[in-house]
Amino acid sequence: MREFGYQRAEDVAGAVALLGADPEARYLGGGTNLVDLMKTGVERPALLVDVRELPLDGIEVTADGGLRVGATVTNSDLAAHPEVRRRYPALTQAVLAAASGQLRNMATVGGNLLQRTRCGYFTDPARPCNKRVPGSGCAARDGEHHNHAILGASDHCVATHPSDMAVALAAFDAVIAYETVDGPGETPLADFYLPVGDTPHRETALPPGALITGLTLPPAPVAAHSRYRKVRERASYAFAIGSIAAALDVRDGVVREVRLAYGAVASRPWRARAAERALTGGPATATAFAAAADAELAAAEPLSDNGYKVPLLRNLTVALLSELTEATEGAAR
Amino acid sequence: MAPPTSGATTTSSGITLNVNGEKHTLPVDHRTTLLDALRERLDLTGTKKGCDQGQCGACTVLVDGRRSLSCLQLAVAADGREITTIEGVADGDRLHPVQQAFLDLDGYQCGYCTPGQICSAIAMIEEHAAGWPSAATADVRPEATPPLDPDEIRERMSGNLCRCGAYVNIVRAVARAADEVRADDTAAAKEAAA
Amino acid sequence: MTTATGTTRGTGAVGAARTRLEGLAKVTGEARYSGEVPYAELAHGWIVLSTVARGRVRAIDDGPVLKMPGVLAVLHHGNAPRLKEGFVGSFGPDPVAEILQRDRVPHIGWPVAFVVAETSEQAREAAEALVVEYDTEPHDVDFHADHPARYTPEASPMGPAVTAKGDLDTELAASAVLVDERYSTPEQHHNAMEPHAAMARWDNGRLEIVDSSQGTFATANDIAALFQLDPASVRVRSEHIGGGFGSKALARAHNVLAVMATTVIGRPVRVVLTRRQMFSLIGYRSPTTQRVRLGAEADGRLRAFDHDGVSLTSTLTEFVEASTGFGRALYDADAHHTANHVVPLDVPTPTFMRAPGEAPGSFALESALDELAEKCGLDPIELRARNEPTVGPVTGLPFEDNDLIACFREGARRFGWADRDARPGVRREGRWLIGTGTAAATFPAGAAPSTAAVTAEADDTFTVRINAADVGTGARTALAQVAADALDVPTERVRVRIGDSDLGQAWLSGGSMGTRSWSWAVMAAITELRERLALGADIPPEGITVRSDTTEAIGAQSERERHSYGAQFAEVAVDVSTGEVRVRRMLGIFAAGRIVNPLTARSQLTGGMIWGLSMALHEEAIRDRASGALANGDLAGYHFAANADVPAVEADWIGEPAPDDPVGIKGIGEIGIVGAAAAIANAVWHATGVRHRHLPIRPDRVLGAGAGPEPAAGAVPELRAGGAAEGDTRA
Repeated sequence: MREFGYQRAEDVAGAVALLGADPEARYLGGGTNLVDLMKTGVERPALLVDVRELPLDGIEVTADGGLRVGATVTNSDLAAHPEVRRRYPALTQAVLAAASGQLRNMATVGGNLLQRTRCGYFTDPARPCNKRVPGSGCAARDGEHHNHAILGASDHCVATHPSDMAVALAAFDAVIAYETVDGPGETPLADFYLPVGDTPHRETALPPGALITGLTLPPAPVAAHSRYRKVRERASYAFAIGSIAAALDVRDGVVREVRLAYGAVASRPWRARAAERALTGGPATATAFAAAADAELAAAEPLSDNGYKVPLLRNLTVALLSELTEATEGAAR
Repeated sequence: MAPPTSGATTTSSGITLNVNGEKHTLPVDHRTTLLDALRERLDLTGTKKGCDQGQCGACTVLVDGRRSLSCLQLAVAADGREITTIEGVADGDRLHPVQQAFLDLDGYQCGYCTPGQICSAIAMIEEHAAGWPSAATADVRPEATPPLDPDEIRERMSGNLCRCGAYVNIVRAVARAADEVRADDTAAAKEAAA
Repeated sequence: MTTATGTTRGTGAVGAARTRLEGLAKVTGEARYSGEVPYAELAHGWIVLSTVARGRVRAIDDGPVLKMPGVLAVLHHGNAPRLKEGFVGSFGPDPVAEILQRDRVPHIGWPVAFVVAETSEQAREAAEALVVEYDTEPHDVDFHADHPARYTPEASPMGPAVTAKGDLDTELAASAVLVDERYSTPEQHHNAMEPHAAMARWDNGRLEIVDSSQGTFATANDIAALFQLDPASVRVRSEHIGGGFGSKALARAHNVLAVMATTVIGRPVRVVLTRRQMFSLIGYRSPTTQRVRLGAEADGRLRAFDHDGVSLTSTLTEFVEASTGFGRALYDADAHHTANHVVPLDVPTPTFMRAPGEAPGSFALESALDELAEKCGLDPIELRARNEPTVGPVTGLPFEDNDLIACFREGARRFGWADRDARPGVRREGRWLIGTGTAAATFPAGAAPSTAAVTAEADDTFTVRINAADVGTGARTALAQVAADALDVPTERVRVRIGDSDLGQAWLSGGSMGTRSWSWAVMAAITELRERLALGADIPPEGITVRSDTTEAIGAQSERERHSYGAQFAEVAVDVSTGEVRVRRMLGIFAAGRIVNPLTARSQLTGGMIWGLSMALHEEAIRDRASGALANGDLAGYHFAANADVPAVEADWIGEPAPDDPVGIKGIGEIGIVGAAAAIANAVWHATGVRHRHLPIRPDRVLGAGAGPEPAAGAVPELRAGGAAEGDTRA
């Protein structure tokens, strides 16, 4: 780890000013990803601007019944917040499915969104990786990739985004707010993560030097009937090999509204819009759920060793939507 | 905060760490983690380094009362925070109920993950008492209050790996200690009310 | 000298549950492990590892690094102190210890340089900044059973490579029922929680090393031999060890480089491996592929038994993961063949890891037995009972005792095995298919020569000095109990000193032989001490000390088959739609002679079973062919069981004290893992109808295999499997 400067920011404007346009400077939140990457040599910042104590740690219900979450809210506080648990239970479940109690106490909402991939070639500086060193190649495509992307990847990169939280946020149309030296801005989560293409090193739509200040969840009554399910290679404290966030409103056997997002399948949380379109207004049956998943996964381009993710996500879709149907129809009776 | 001798251009700072109720003022290389500061600078070696990457939980300490991984916490960023390590959880010669339960029920073998397990369990019991759900909680709505049953303990303690495989006794020890802590809290509340 | 009749019942200290003597130190954080002892003027080392899998170091540009802040030295093959060429260590020739001696790079992650600095942060940055240039050569890390470089070794520390009795082809041809399957286990890593660490310094002409070592006497001897020092001038201490599992027995990069550096800079030097470095520097369990051929009569009696295993080794030296030793004394057959083969590749050198050979071997053979039981329409336990040998199937030697079937019977009773419906794939609870499985466990019961000293102190206490190691086994406590029992005094009056090479020669903590070997030596000393005390001698201020050496007694043992036994039971739940497997309960019943401390013994056996669970479902190091490096060499990528993976796991024991041991001990360090993975794999078959012959049983593999033959509609009742664990509804 190289030597670096450290500054603790007093306020948002100060933080943005401290970082400036320095490409070698990084914001430090909980540090759970950045400090690890600094130890492995993937990140070698010259300056850290500590934003952990900025007054961005609030969670509040917005006037229209949505939720505003500050960027420095810890994962733990987000998951435990009564309004999150009541209005967006899948978000609580997603956050609690990630990492460990200790890490969730440290990790922030802003940092969680900016997590880097856990691809073993990205985290080993001795290996080629287009995301880490543009143009160096992708070792995963022909190497170990059983937990890599099946959707939206390219010849240049097949890494997945590791966040669970972001999968639920994708289902709930979160909008990311940020601050730059030129003032505030915002981006819907749907546009926040850039397509991989031939620039896998460019991961988000944040302008240079921008600081995430928080996010807004629009009101979504359907989200009160939502769940998150994560499959991984041990029962806890592991990244997903496939996950799903789903919210469902069913009346009299008909899907009135549905939200569906997949995790661990792409370089971003994958909003399953094709599946949603296929389902909306149709019957809430296992056959329809499977057909909808197939519609979404038709675009999948599995590699030699990760094709199992297609049936996994299909099965998860059927299982979770069936559970939600039973729960909501049961509650309605 | 101690007056920084540093800033954007220098690579070390003077900081004050409040550890187990004691203030320590020391200069640190910005690269120094809280874990290394505790072990190498303050000779508090009870906090263990198992992976140094946030992947095992051996370095768990309490920061401002919450369990955290000291290996991913830069010491300079811990300036001014309240830190409790394994050396600070007992009440004088009286072991914390979690420590006593690990000792009595053999909640360990080699002992290397043990300080992290104990610190984690102490904070976890409080998290549960505060109504926090976990990934083992079937119903996460705020009205539901899950009991701290073995499945909840297993999930909530999963951030502390134990290679010896002492998990069965760890769960027993945490369950016993949680009952004792709850009883102590109830007794204290009654005393306060009387 | 004591004999097998030397067992005393004394105060009953042996057999009583006792908390650990070092327990208070461990729960308060006061126990210091090897990287935690402070020294003035301590310097910190950081190891630079090769980033290529084969070739030579062409150049190391240490000039710029030597100018970096705090850097004290950069060692490499061009300037490092010379070590004994052709070094022979405690376990034979060991070129892995010959570090920084030549430019050859035998595998990725081989030490090519060592940076010493004032602080660990400075050493790390300097090590990362050091530019090493290589001449690379094509490498081969691709392990498979029919690799052209495969050969059959002469033997291994675990026994001969090949055993053969009877005509295999004839018996196979005459068999009514055949099983012929291939099984594989992946590369597995010890991952003790405490990373290997060593501090070395010269103190008044003596070399002092504080090392994380399972056996300080062997380490001290090996370091002396490597550096060509008088063995008496080397002292290695190891008070507390954070797990070893076979990886902390040898001279390896951490202790060798600490000694080199302190010799060069004249200051104490500490080296602590990083977790990632552990994946290439301290050994691991080789992957195996195994073929098992069984031929049986319709009633299950074996006519033909053939277990053929292949493992890998490095190009540096030969290590054989002797997976086919497992069945050599377990089952008889008219024709009984076993063989181990190895493939040398450009990979780090594998080593002993908990139940070396038996762990992977038992997975293959005990899975095959389950397949044979299925084909014969026989209960798996009954199949084993029908093939119990009366004498060693390979050696013809009599057994000391053999409680395998007794373990099965007791386990079956407690697990509720009698209620089991043998049909696979017919029990469902919600999204989970439920199944149960069983498997046999066995491990050799051995003892190795050791020395001990026991002192009757003037204050009426006793001091036991023996160079044992407590890696988490509870050895310190067990030895106090053994001594107290033999001395007929309360355990509180016994002090135990261990973990210091100055205490003399003793077997290391390994091979399930530690407590037995050490106890034997302690018993021997105490027997003589009691004779002297019985003469009524006054105890002088310095006490009366008796020393023992068990070399002769152990050498005089008759030749017998001596083994511990066990029966493993597991219940699993499988969601075939996601591939998730959850173990819902495990029961292990063991026969391992006399149990010295039931509290710590149960922990150790349970821990072994959890290793088996972890092996069955989680553990797999994946090597990248292109680079030769691991693609998942950290604890986020290499999964071993977390708390949430582990259900109610119960271990218990039956049987009598071992007849041939003075205390009746057999050893329990390894047997807990043996057979556990097979029991789980057999339970997965019972749940789903699909055999998983390749570990770990990962979700993608379960998903790819699907469910077995689809049961008829309505054939899957919603019921709980017989004897389900009370209150354990985690799946």
